[in-house]
Amino acid sequence: MSYIAKPKVTHPGMPKNKLGLTARDYEGTVSTLCAGCGHDSITAAIIQAVFELGVKPHMLAKMSGIGCSSKTPAYFVSQSHGFNSVHGRMPSVTTGANAANRDLMYIGVSGDGDSLSIGVGQFVHAIRRNLNMCYVIENNGVYGLTKGQFSASADIGSKPKKGEPNKQEPIDPVSTALSLGATYIARSFSGDKEQLVPLIKGALMHRGFALLDIVSPCVTFNDHEGSTKSYAHTREFYYPVVDMDYVPPAEEIKAAYVKGEVMPLVLHDGSTIVLRKVADDYDLTNRAHAFKYLRDHFDKGEICTGLLYLDESRAEMNELMGSIDTPLSHVPLDALHPGSQELKKLQSRYR
Amino acid sequence: MKPTDTSNPDYFHKVVDCQWGCPAHTDVPAYIRMIAQGEFSDAYMENRKSNVFPGILGRVCDRPCEPACRRGRVEDKPVAICRLKRVAADHRDDITARLPKAPDKSNGKKVALIGAGCASLTVANDLAPLGYEVTVFEAMKTTGGLMRTNIPQFRLPPKVLDEEIGYILDMNVDLKLNHPIESLKSLLDENFDAVFVGTGAPRGKNLELPGRYDSDRIHIGIDWLESVAFEHVKSIGKKVLIIGVGNTAMDCCRTSLRIGADNVKVMARKPRGFFKASAWELEDAEEENVEILVNHSPKEFVIENGKLTGMKFELMEYKVDDNGRIDRGTSVGEKIIPCDDVVLAIGQDNAFPWIERDIGIEFDQWDCPVVNEKTMMCGREGVFFGGDSAFGPKNIIWAVEHGHQAAISMHRYCQGEDIEDRLPDGMNLASQKMGMHEWSFSNNYDGAPRRLMPHVDLKERFKKIDIEVELGFTAEQAMQEVERCLNCDIQTVFTADLCIECDACMDICPVNCLTITHNGEEDDLRTRLRAPAENHEQALYVSAELPQTGRVMIKDEDLCVHCSLCAERCPTGAWDMQKSTLLVPYAKDEISDESAQPLAGASA
Repeated sequence: MSYIAKPKVTHPGMPKNKLGLTARDYEGTVSTLCAGCGHDSITAAIIQAVFELGVKPHMLAKMSGIGCSSKTPAYFVSQSHGFNSVHGRMPSVTTGANAANRDLMYIGVSGDGDSLSIGVGQFVHAIRRNLNMCYVIENNGVYGLTKGQFSASADIGSKPKKGEPNKQEPIDPVSTALSLGATYIARSFSGDKEQLVPLIKGALMHRGFALLDIVSPCVTFNDHEGSTKSYAHTREFYYPVVDMDYVPPAEEIKAAYVKGEVMPLVLHDGSTIVLRKVADDYDLTNRAHAFKYLRDHFDKGEICTGLLYLDESRAEMNELMGSIDTPLSHVPLDALHPGSQELKKLQSRYR
Repeated sequence: MKPTDTSNPDYFHKVVDCQWGCPAHTDVPAYIRMIAQGEFSDAYMENRKSNVFPGILGRVCDRPCEPACRRGRVEDKPVAICRLKRVAADHRDDITARLPKAPDKSNGKKVALIGAGCASLTVANDLAPLGYEVTVFEAMKTTGGLMRTNIPQFRLPPKVLDEEIGYILDMNVDLKLNHPIESLKSLLDENFDAVFVGTGAPRGKNLELPGRYDSDRIHIGIDWLESVAFEHVKSIGKKVLIIGVGNTAMDCCRTSLRIGADNVKVMARKPRGFFKASAWELEDAEEENVEILVNHSPKEFVIENGKLTGMKFELMEYKVDDNGRIDRGTSVGEKIIPCDDVVLAIGQDNAFPWIERDIGIEFDQWDCPVVNEKTMMCGREGVFFGGDSAFGPKNIIWAVEHGHQAAISMHRYCQGEDIEDRLPDGMNLASQKMGMHEWSFSNNYDGAPRRLMPHVDLKERFKKIDIEVELGFTAEQAMQEVERCLNCDIQTVFTADLCIECDACMDICPVNCLTITHNGEEDDLRTRLRAPAENHEQALYVSAELPQTGRVMIKDEDLCVHCSLCAERCPTGAWDMQKSTLLVPYAKDEISDESAQPLAGASA
């Protein structure tokens, strides 16, 4: 925690985005997390991503539950909408918000506790619905806010700061999402912004449920020797599978990419994801192949990162439901609320 | 790049832009913090240690520190460093008990200082406390040299001069006024162990144009200012032209306004941006409604019936190339501007008619003595130069620094030691961490704009010639200005071994001056940093390889506001805020016998 806020002074040479804003304009209040927390680094990556995309702050909604991770939406884009919900209930609240206004861009920030323990039921159903959102799991393997007990994502054999190593199977958000049919699945690391920022941009622009499982070391309770979610361990077993760049619709893809090693994938809005394949034996469009590949490497202790699965073909929740395009707040009141006579008419159709 | 060698005192010294820019290396951030704490006397003494004349320099210093100030790059206006120096002087208590004193017993060595200006007085200040018998020879009837004769009283009141010069003369200095040295040779024949020449650059440049000698209303600027200072001249015509646009020209035009002129024009040969005068001196003159006419090249003095009636100028046009260099210009017409008096303020030269050319002192093509820039000694052993007399016109603060260096050399010379073998600068570093998020200094960035110096009302100030225009900051105004200082001497010090590459410092840095990346050559690295690093005069601070990835931490020193947030957000203490104290050796530090004088610094 810091007693002074980040000074407003900036570098005079700061780049500006298409809205004329600098990255500093996308900041939030000063973080009250521990110094060195991976979450703060992810916050910085989110700021960089929305700055580069030129997101209008008032068109962004930040959703969260409870936990260290869920505090972080306060630390980016102060000028946006936000909802800090009950523990584990962020997916439901986001579902409601998205049903009411599909024009907003939704970013949910959750943790391994919020999403894989108390909120795991909410999490899996948000995926099933293909809720159009960017879902960030800041994954540190411990309950930092309650002093470092193992969470559901702790690996077998991982040592706590004090006490016995973990013996239970971890829940892996990536393979869970794969099995449930999420349409954009990535894993990354808070300490690798070069990889992380494009992944966030792609996730925000993807139509449908985009999961980002981000290893985010808890510097206070899970950054020691023997931990499998520490900075040092993550770096040692880091295994980038597919790196990507996000290219907005109007921009040309730079010729610097060597043909054959890159694969452009066009998203629904005309923007492009350019894949730079690192592992030549990986196919990110094949669910069964991806599952096996990731499991094999997991068994070797390797942490596969990058864009691990992408499916642009599936409809997102509002399309599946056939709900109207117009945000409900823009629908005139008499249309939105036609009165009790209309309700009776509707009900009579089902009698 | 190789890891930055911070054991070289120059590295962290250079980060303190003001101190690096100051010829005398005054510890600016240190004295500004003393002012912030209300310790004005301490601030005064800290200044005096290096610049000897805080009250004088707080008013009229050329302030090379201010254009150097990092605040001027972060925003547009630097900290008002110079005027804060005056605050220290204005608000100090009686400090006479804290001044160095001459010992009861002489050390048996005699030194002669020629000229009672800032350079000689600095030598006296450094040598008298060591027991030297110091004699100052001054041609005029007063001390201070050009500080008294060329700087008008409305900028530098005589009582300020008297007080600070008095501090030095009180150390048993033998002052001989009205005592011009007419032959250096005969002075050298006297029984002095070393001689210092601090006679300034006393000859104002002339302008040999038609009509120059046909009127007595054409004046050489510095001579004319001297005559005004000694009250030999008490009036001037209504319409006055000042030729030249340096700082002397600014003093001439403002002086004219106080002794009878009501229409003063400063005639500049070149356009704005190529003036020699400091921006603030131009501002002060223009505030007094002095008109500055650009692109007027003097052609001839217009004399009618034996009377000066005006001056003819060529109207010039210039081309400026992409590098900002200006050509010689072409004449596009002529114009006569009427006037009653003309004051020539186009520069000044050295003049040594009293130094014989056969006594081992070499002179260069500009008639300047050839002087060693480090030791200040000329070709003749035992003769030292300083101030404007050494390398031509500079300014007071350079003269002071010359004086310090000459004093060290004179001491070593008198003791029979090698004058080249001098103590090096030293550097101390001390952590400023006081607790979890507490620092020993005010680390928050204060976005306040620079305080404006309050001036005497435009009507009031012309009533007398000695009304000081600048009122000085009140203690309250000073308290606001001191908070603008970025404390650049509180260094960001990095220990690579401790870094876990969590990015916290990079993320929190308000000016994006930190980057973790793969190492490379400097030109390449500068293109890969998180913010443009286009100021090549500012160093990149490069760490050793980081333990986890082998990358390096790079800090672009250019715009760091020293807010300490990198160190606050660092979980491992890899970043720390440490105060760097530059230890500058003076003559007293050269004394090996520790009982002779307690040493301040220079023990590195």
